[in-house]
Amino acid sequence: MDQTRRNALKAGGGASLYALLAAAGVLRPDTALAADWNQKAFEAKNLKDAFDALGAGSRIDSADIVMTAPEIAENGAVVPVGAVSKIPGTESIAILIAKNPTSLAANFDIPSGTEPAVSTRVKLAETSDVYVLVKAQGKYYVTKKEIKVTIGGCGG
Amino acid sequence: MSDPMRIRAVAKDGAVNVKILMSHEMETGQRKDAAGKPIPAHFIQQVSATWQGKVVLSAHWGTAIAKNPFLEFNFKGGKKGEKIQVSWTDNKGEKRTDEATIN
Repeated sequence: MDQTRRNALKAGGGASLYALLAAAGVLRPDTALAADWNQKAFEAKNLKDAFDALGAGSRIDSADIVMTAPEIAENGAVVPVGAVSKIPGTESIAILIAKNPTSLAANFDIPSGTEPAVSTRVKLAETSDVYVLVKAQGKYYVTKKEIKVTIGGCGG
Repeated sequence: MSDPMRIRAVAKDGAVNVKILMSHEMETGQRKDAAGKPIPAHFIQQVSATWQGKVVLSAHWGTAIAKNPFLEFNFKGGKKGEKIQVSWTDNKGEKRTDEATIN
């Protein structure tokens, strides 16, 4: 199965190969995403670089993405975030946290037959805007919400 | 070896609701230990869930996913008694696969 092969590649120096290819500019971030862990995007230190590395340089603000998250998170180490996309043809859903040391938290691929809705728990270093980025039919859509943190999730 | 995942899959109204709780430190690499040395990053990078050989969700994660990660999603088509498999791989190449029966 392909997944096994992918894992084997990952374990066997796939990450360093990826870094090499990315450095050489061989891999385009947006096409590399589906195949392998997007190191450039996940290591991006700010929101713009993370969006760019995901191939989402231009984005459309959308009211068809519903983010479920608390307005105030007492503990930044465990913040529940849910995202539902009502945009037809949703292919992936990403969660980004503007003020974290690295902005991109997660990127979910949504195969056909799977509802474009995911819930998880993230860490927030401090009060920050949290973005949900949806890729649908080659376009990127985004919504954001500020989550206030009273105890940081990182560096504690 | 890490502890097993807790996976709950429930079929309802033609879709299966899947809730997964993984056991993992999800160390960010930002923190320092008592001696002031940085604690190396150790976190799950890839997660995938399969049903009948079909990937029903795959995810790439960074360090901002909370410790002992939780994940919930829904997919169509699964029936009671069928099985789903969930696998993760972390940045050190450790991996784990667990299976659950749909209720």
